[in-house]
Amino acid sequence: MKLTLEVWRQKNGGDKGGFSTYELEDVDTHMSFLEMLDVLNQDLIVGGAEPIAFEHDCREGICGACGFVVNGVAHGHQKGSTICQLHMRHFSDGDKITIEPWRAKAFPIIKDLVVDRSSFDRILQAGGFVTIRTGSAPDANALPVATDTLEHAMDFAECIGCGACVASCPNGAAMLFVGAKISHLALLPQGMPEKAKRALKMVEAMESEAFGACTNYTSCEAVCPKEISISGIARMNKDFRRASVAGAEPAHGKKR
Amino acid sequence: MKLDARVPSGPLADKWQSLLDEIKLVSPANKRKHTIIVVGTGLAGGSAAASLGELGYEVKAFCYQDSARRAHSISAQGGINAAKNYQNDGDSVYRLFYDTIKGGDYRSREANVYRLAEVSNNIIDQCVAQGVPFGREYGGYLANRSFGGAQVSRTFYARGQTGQQLLLGAVSALNAQVAAGTVDLNIRSEMLDLVVVDGRARGIITRDTVTGEVESHVADAVLLCTGGYSNVYFLSTNAKGCNVTAIWRAYKKGAGFANPNYTQIHPTCIPQSGDYQSKLTLMSESLRNDGRVWVPKAVGDERAPNDIPEDERDYYLERIYPSFGNLVPRDVASRNAKNVCDEGRGIGTTKRGVYLDFAEAIDRLGEDVIRARYGNLFDMYEMITGENPYKAPMRIYPAPHYTMGGLWVDYYLMTTIPGLFALGEANFSDHGANRLGASALMQGLADGYFVIPNTLGEYIAGAKLEAVSPDQEEFNAARSEVEARTERLLSINGSRSVDEIHRELGMVMLDKCGMSRSAEGLTEAIEQIRVLKKEFWSNIKVPGTGEELNQELEKAGRVADLFELAELMCMDARQRNESCGGHFREEYKTDEGEARRDDENFTNVTVWEYKGDDAEPVAHTEELEFETVELTQRSYK
Repeated sequence: MKLTLEVWRQKNGGDKGGFSTYELEDVDTHMSFLEMLDVLNQDLIVGGAEPIAFEHDCREGICGACGFVVNGVAHGHQKGSTICQLHMRHFSDGDKITIEPWRAKAFPIIKDLVVDRSSFDRILQAGGFVTIRTGSAPDANALPVATDTLEHAMDFAECIGCGACVASCPNGAAMLFVGAKISHLALLPQGMPEKAKRALKMVEAMESEAFGACTNYTSCEAVCPKEISISGIARMNKDFRRASVAGAEPAHGKKR
Repeated sequence: MKLDARVPSGPLADKWQSLLDEIKLVSPANKRKHTIIVVGTGLAGGSAAASLGELGYEVKAFCYQDSARRAHSISAQGGINAAKNYQNDGDSVYRLFYDTIKGGDYRSREANVYRLAEVSNNIIDQCVAQGVPFGREYGGYLANRSFGGAQVSRTFYARGQTGQQLLLGAVSALNAQVAAGTVDLNIRSEMLDLVVVDGRARGIITRDTVTGEVESHVADAVLLCTGGYSNVYFLSTNAKGCNVTAIWRAYKKGAGFANPNYTQIHPTCIPQSGDYQSKLTLMSESLRNDGRVWVPKAVGDERAPNDIPEDERDYYLERIYPSFGNLVPRDVASRNAKNVCDEGRGIGTTKRGVYLDFAEAIDRLGEDVIRARYGNLFDMYEMITGENPYKAPMRIYPAPHYTMGGLWVDYYLMTTIPGLFALGEANFSDHGANRLGASALMQGLADGYFVIPNTLGEYIAGAKLEAVSPDQEEFNAARSEVEARTERLLSINGSRSVDEIHRELGMVMLDKCGMSRSAEGLTEAIEQIRVLKKEFWSNIKVPGTGEELNQELEKAGRVADLFELAELMCMDARQRNESCGGHFREEYKTDEGEARRDDENFTNVTVWEYKGDDAEPVAHTEELEFETVELTQRSYK
């Protein structure tokens, strides 16, 4: 099939950038979206032009590297998938496809469709973990975890950190991402001791980055390739408020 | 090249503990005076960097991705083995050790494999404590599934994305250390050379992939945790960025490269659909628990799978291997798939495919149970192929997946260059000629969490390390070399893309150094690789400059190294005059067509020493001594 692509090209963070148009003559319906871009890039390279830079690695929808906006939708219109999992059979001959990078203040553009998502990692570094020294863990079966609870935690743990939630949010909020990590760990008994501290630290770190606030558009949930629920945001808010009131540190037993 | 494996003396089961009892220690006050470089942030690198940071070392970690969490370990699906025996089905440390040695076709080092099995249980404990949501049974206790090459259920899993959850656990531990200030994490940094000073590994040269800046980093020890090199085949299940560069640079600086030809071609991948294909997608081996593999009995049967009656189907694995059936090890499953396709009984448009059928399991257990077990894998299959595997069988075919070969390491995981260590898939040590499913995750984490934190101290405490500066001669020379190479790649200005030539290399390798090899074919392959390599260096086109994000430049540098590696792989396969595990030489097979080992001459590891670009590398051998296990013909019948 024939396709017309409008692709955002931007040389670097300082460049203004703009759309370029590419006509594709012979796109196979079995191709993945990224393979379609590979084919275009091969032509550009051989023709002496610079290929379109885009991030990708596993191409199986799990590493979270890929992601851009296709016709206004993060990762394209296929529900519950990353852009690397979208295949061209979902498009029709003659379609015009607009491709642009994640647009969010907290994700500065590096080149073309590649953005800097290191703000996500800074939030995780603030508290997205259980403190457990290597070698000091008790037997794995020491603490039973109800399967419902476990599955619930796993639903949140599946987040791949791609940034689609931020890119699709009119406010550029990172709350689905942060809520998912807080919920994953808060639901498990292993995450309980640091629950309050974690919520405070991660929310604080999130607010120190250039993310916006949540105003319940729920567009994050709609585009999430792992279909993570906004109930994680509610849990994050609850844990954060409770921790703010009670304080992150345990109560004292000694007179101060 | 001296190959001393430094295996502790004493009975097999006591070796690791006796080493721990006697190993030199580094005092807490001294650890922070030592900088340790960790390259790669997958399961091995992530867990090593986190654990060493926690011990008090100054750790500098590097990854080429934009986040440590994206290392390719994240893609592992099926699970991780451990000898917990929670199932009460007769498992033990010894049995896990034995299955792994046998699965590797007796081409791995006994003591290393025993240690792997020994620490396997600690890994599960550690991960659960980190919040890794392994699957559980209704009582709330951990569940297991079966995997190929074992008759017990010892595989722990987190839906179909165990690697993701284990890596997120390891990276969370790493993140905690970044926050604590013990780990300096460098993303978007690609290691392009190793720096050796006075015979010891003392640092690396990296390129910042955003600015193009080439930087020197000094350390007291360097850990390479950079994964495998299946991308030499172009089409593989590896992530697109996976490459051999770090360990190849180390090889060229004097590290021995062991068994480069040992490659695992994974039996259950989605078949190729066209010439534009960029990678192949794995369907977890765990599917073989409930899926049955078959092809039509008749050659050229064009009917849809559901129209072929039961008695006209050949469930060939169940037929040939009645005791293991569909759960034979990967090398056996792959080779048999190739055989039935070679006979003309392959399915799909390309005829390079076999069915993996869940109809019987769905009948027996119901669609809901199958969905709970494999839902995300089925969804992924449908997204890629547009076919619904609940209604019609999956089509699968083998694809390059894992490389058992890698840098030679001793029992301490140290390479032949003092101070240079290799962990995880980057080393050769634990899987012999064939890796069992769910063992890669186990090895990566064993090396990173439990082995290196102990064995590194022996080197640090025992070595007299002079201070080195990033401005001294050895570093400057390595930097200049890296810069010159970048310049050279950019200045070729030919007419073909890197991918185009890489694809051709891949086809040669898959055809002649893939599931089946012959001396004649390998000799031809070496000639073809040399021709292609010349074409590469004279006719590729890399647009852009070296001072910006340039993905084509990164790719070109990696492929240049894959060309050199490809030749070594073929040489290695050609000299190993036997069939073992994933290395199947057409000249060496039993009357039944199974692999025929030559234990008399090849119970060894081949270790290659680099002698210069224009000289032939030299092959050395480490003899494998089996004190406990008796070598037998591997049989899954």
